[in-house]
Amino acid sequence: MSTALDGYNIGYLDEQTKRMIRRALLKAVAIPGFQVPFASREVPMPRGWGTGGVQVTASIIGQEDVLKVIDQGADDTTNAVSIRSFFAAVTGVRTTTRTDEATIIQTRHRIPETPLAAGQTIVYQVPGPEPLRFLEPRETETRRLHALADYGLMYVKLYEDIAKYGHIATTYDYPVMVAGRYLMSPSPIPSFDNPKMHRSPALQLFGAGREKRIYAVPPFTDVESLGFEDHPFEPQRFDQPCAVCGSTGVYLDEVITDDKGGSMFVCSDTDHCERAAAALTHSGAVSVEEVTA
Amino acid sequence: MYVAVKGGERAIANAHALLAKRGRGDSRLPRIELAAVAGQLGVLVSRVMTEGSLYDPELTARAILQAQGDALEAITLVRSYRTTLPRFGYTLPVDTAGLPPQRRISATFKDLPGGQQLGATFDYTHRLFTHRGTSGTTPRTPRVEPEAHGAGPEMPEMPRVTDLLAASALIEPDHASGAGDPEPGDLTREPTIFPMSRAERLQALARADEGFLLGLAYSTQRGYGGTHPFAGEIRVGEVEVEFEAPELGFAVPLGRVELTECQMINQFTGSADTPAQFTRGYGLAFGRSERKAMSMSMVDRALRAGEFGERIVAPAQDEEFVISHSDNVQAAGFVEHLKLPHYVDFQAELGLVRRLHGEFRSRVEEKPESVLTDPTDLAGARA
Repeated sequence: MSTALDGYNIGYLDEQTKRMIRRALLKAVAIPGFQVPFASREVPMPRGWGTGGVQVTASIIGQEDVLKVIDQGADDTTNAVSIRSFFAAVTGVRTTTRTDEATIIQTRHRIPETPLAAGQTIVYQVPGPEPLRFLEPRETETRRLHALADYGLMYVKLYEDIAKYGHIATTYDYPVMVAGRYLMSPSPIPSFDNPKMHRSPALQLFGAGREKRIYAVPPFTDVESLGFEDHPFEPQRFDQPCAVCGSTGVYLDEVITDDKGGSMFVCSDTDHCERAAAALTHSGAVSVEEVTA
Repeated sequence: MYVAVKGGERAIANAHALLAKRGRGDSRLPRIELAAVAGQLGVLVSRVMTEGSLYDPELTARAILQAQGDALEAITLVRSYRTTLPRFGYTLPVDTAGLPPQRRISATFKDLPGGQQLGATFDYTHRLFTHRGTSGTTPRTPRVEPEAHGAGPEMPEMPRVTDLLAASALIEPDHASGAGDPEPGDLTREPTIFPMSRAERLQALARADEGFLLGLAYSTQRGYGGTHPFAGEIRVGEVEVEFEAPELGFAVPLGRVELTECQMINQFTGSADTPAQFTRGYGLAFGRSERKAMSMSMVDRALRAGEFGERIVAPAQDEEFVISHSDNVQAAGFVEHLKLPHYVDFQAELGLVRRLHGEFRSRVEEKPESVLTDPTDLAGARA
């Protein structure tokens, strides 16, 4: 393995920094859902563009790893392309778009449709690690609320949603309780993806670079989305299948097709969509190229 | 359209090529030399070094050119490089009282030991455009009074103003008596935990965005946490940096850095038990960064409100607010990340709003008279 960038260490970060991050990761795995402060470094992309995820990935990636990077479920969104090419340049590891081939998946805003397997690690890019932040802006205060497991504020917020709209009006970054102890932000994935976190066989790591926090959900850990007995958690549902591959029960992007209100729904997960569509083409269904041209 | 939204590698490569072309400008004109940037845009270089937390005029000049003059982009470049450098220790405290100042002014004393020296400053210039073309000619050589110039034994002693006042116990001393220098923290190597020590806070302020600090400092002058500042002393000069390697046992000079230091003298405190004393705010920045150093010293003082038992009522006095939002690399990145696609989350919100609309419509159809709100309120009501 060699690095293409002169003057930079393999994986960009220096070894001391990687060790510091690995220590934070070990602590995070030992206390599921707890936000571990870490001395977040600058990385060569702007804050808020996945610098936490990049640092976590840079600290755990090894020669044998196969990396997949997605943004909004897609491998070909510009930021996913940029981060993937960054790691290709600074580590020289193999990259892939196939969920089942990857050993590390760095993601922004989605969990792949293909169920994750034991041995895989998913690294989430996290903009705001503190689920209580918009209810209490002070770190000194939210830290105490976590210490006391005092999550009344969040339940009141959800209750107010129901009183106002008839539903819980949080559709992404939907708060979860991890291992019955810590309230955690799942990062801004749609609540559709929340159930995939529950007892996932994969290791789930979360990096918030700008906010300097790392947290984790070890494999097979309980991750419960908050709800009430009479208003249980309800993830999104879509009424129609993907217009390209025909999948149902997957998260869909709405693609505007004209200026008269026309739109179609297609898979957010491009890897899933391509493979499902490829399976379909034998039966003469529409191809990805025809639809996306 | 589907393809256009999902950018792809070719789009990125083309965008970068276009960026490089725009940055090159008119190809018939020569490229700007690094040395020209370091020499002729010295104030900009100072700012990028200060907020990039790295003293290296040449590398900074390279960053400014690569960033096509975007200061924040250049700061990000410098920081992303700096963070990969190993840290092997910290230097001895620099002796700013001993620095031969290129500039030294005090707004609190008309005359003081060592005298005042105006130096290279925009103050008292008329902000008029100089004749076109004259910027290229050799500037007039300043006349130097022999006694006010040069280092060495002839140079007059210039003790810091705050030391003069401290000598007569009218101003708070550098440290509480008996306390040595505390081990300095390093916020680039340790997680930020609130509340911070003053030393860590000063580090954060030193790399904080100049504009943000300027606005906050200004707000304290307009009643949002007033501290009645006087510019006790501002100095600009080169100072020697020394490092004491443990295996040597003595200090080794590493080089010289240019600094701007501001000692702000602020409103006094006192009580029945302690005599009244002026308080202080401190600012320090690389190069010629006077506005930054002054703003920093005012915000530093405002943030010491708790220490002096003052009521915390204004943004500039609120440590979490100031420190969490003062770093322009973080702020610019997060504001600009809104350019990244958010269609998964937007889709989730869209689905909910549609559902709420549908439910609203069916309520209206069932009982038209019971619904008083305008349906457009629903979309706008979500906080």
